[in-house]
Amino acid sequence: MTAGTTPIIDIAGVRKTYRSGSIEFEALRGIDMRIDEGEYVAVIGPSGSGKSTLMNLLGCLDLPTEGTYHLAGEDTSTMSEAQLAGVRNRRIGFVFQQFHLLATLPAWRNVELPLVYAGVPRHERRDRAVAALERVGLGDRVDNRPGELSGGQQQRVAVARALVTEPDLVLADEPTGNLDSASTRDVLALLDELHAAGRTIVLITHEHDVADRAARNLVIRDGLITEDHPTSAAGAVR
Amino acid sequence: MSWWETLRTGAAAIRARRMRSVLTVLGIVIGISSVILTVGLGQGAQQQVKDQIDALGSNLLIVSPGSSTDSSGMRGGFGSASTLTLADAAAIGDGTAAPDVAAVAPTTSTMLSLVNGETNWTSTVVGTTTAWPDVRTRVLGSGRFFSEAEVAEAAPVAVLGPDTASELFGGQDPTGGTVTVGGATVTVIGVLEASGASASGTSEDDLVVLPIGTAKAITGATDDSVSTIYVEAAGEGTLSAAYQEVEAMLLTRHGVAASDADFSISTQESLVATANETNRTMTVLLAGVAGISLLVGGIGVMNIMLVSVTERIREIGLRKALGATPAVIRRQFLVEASLLGLSGGVLGVLIGVVGAQVLPGLIDQPVSLSALATLAALGTALALGVGFGVYPASRAARLTPIDALRSE
Repeated sequence: MTAGTTPIIDIAGVRKTYRSGSIEFEALRGIDMRIDEGEYVAVIGPSGSGKSTLMNLLGCLDLPTEGTYHLAGEDTSTMSEAQLAGVRNRRIGFVFQQFHLLATLPAWRNVELPLVYAGVPRHERRDRAVAALERVGLGDRVDNRPGELSGGQQQRVAVARALVTEPDLVLADEPTGNLDSASTRDVLALLDELHAAGRTIVLITHEHDVADRAARNLVIRDGLITEDHPTSAAGAVR
Repeated sequence: MSWWETLRTGAAAIRARRMRSVLTVLGIVIGISSVILTVGLGQGAQQQVKDQIDALGSNLLIVSPGSSTDSSGMRGGFGSASTLTLADAAAIGDGTAAPDVAAVAPTTSTMLSLVNGETNWTSTVVGTTTAWPDVRTRVLGSGRFFSEAEVAEAAPVAVLGPDTASELFGGQDPTGGTVTVGGATVTVIGVLEASGASASGTSEDDLVVLPIGTAKAITGATDDSVSTIYVEAAGEGTLSAAYQEVEAMLLTRHGVAASDADFSISTQESLVATANETNRTMTVLLAGVAGISLLVGGIGVMNIMLVSVTERIREIGLRKALGATPAVIRRQFLVEASLLGLSGGVLGVLIGVVGAQVLPGLIDQPVSLSALATLAALGTALALGVGFGVYPASRAARLTPIDALRSE
């Protein structure tokens, strides 16, 4: 990595249009943004503002109708579905609002899933999954299934899963949306910790007090970025 | 993701829904086991018929009267059953015109009632000559067969089949006793050994053999027609030579062309072929029905896999988000469907093999399993799983991760 010179996220002129029948809906209407390595950015906006669409594009779960998206220097806008799967696997760690853990698998098996698709050998996967769980403070819950864990613990398992591949970018989509305030504090503290350790984090939320934990806020409204400003937390962490 | 990983994931998914997987597999199990058993029954029946016909005697030609009726119906009034005569048989056995013929046994055959004291029994009454045991490869169990002299004078003597003897005389030795055959009393001089061919249709072991003259006298027949002439060729190599000699001689004697011959000659081989023809039709029919049930089983697999895709739509979305390519997802569902098919196949084969051991005792029919049919059944089960898994698997592969993740 040539740190500093290549931004992790470089989006230029991105538009996204949804079509259902004869009705066209422009969810993103020309977005430009750059996020550098090690930044902690919150994308904030009300529902319907286009932030979910932006999240899907950032996560390479969807392709823009127009414009380009370079993720760590790679142009993803022209990739095939299989190539995008590879990019997601290598570069992005997802944390979802609904946790999205597989109920039939114990915690460490959930965490090792990205490594399975990355083709990491079996014995190495278990070690790395356990290490990731230890890092989020769940070293003693390795063999528990999601149903045996609290909501906050489940989300920490999901964070461990997002970390296990050492991705360039952690993408958290309303990670505290389904959590009580204590668990919310836990998970946000964990994200702070990851940021302090130098990881790039993009957090998508509609809650201002959650967004305030990030160093930089991007406000999105009606498919456009209307504000881009550092927060009070900016100085504190750096 | 390696094949081994895919296999483990598939097996885990099947185990996680144990009851449903068992029910899904049941369709394939029933289909495969019924295919194996019906084909086995068919082959068993064919083997049985072959054994029975082999037991008729080796190198045997069977001459029957009136196979072909003239299209104009000219011979109709004469009666097709009386075109063969004792004189025909004598000429065949003469040895000069048909040098490849070793022995000839003209026979008549009627169903008549037999009486021994209080015991009644109805059986096949065969009238023949001294060559019969030889030609039909039958052996006397006790007593003796009748002599040339007894044939010549139409003596009132009889040889019983073993089943007939036990029906009429119970456990006692019938030799020396008397039996009333169709009103005439005859003396039993011998009992045949069991032929070995098992019971199906008319038994080879339930019959009364009389000198041909005696049989004719009892039935009141005045002509010298016979119902069948059994001809034994000198050796296996001369069977077709004997066939041609007998055919040529009978055509000449009857003064007809080969195209409207008033008799037919069959060999063991042609009898086996005819019998197998019938059996094969039955086997194909039954196997077809079993095959349809197999198809239904396959559709069951597809149905369950489609349900599974819908049910696990979020899992698919998540796996895709974490880096599973469409090909990996497709492979995972294909492997799951194939595992279902294959385990159904293995279970079906097991049940088929056990059934093949148990069934013959219950229904008195032999079942012969062939390794080829068993392998083919396994292959079919696997192919069903793969074939019916393709559509659900490609549906899973086509799901976009966002739609899959968002679905509730």
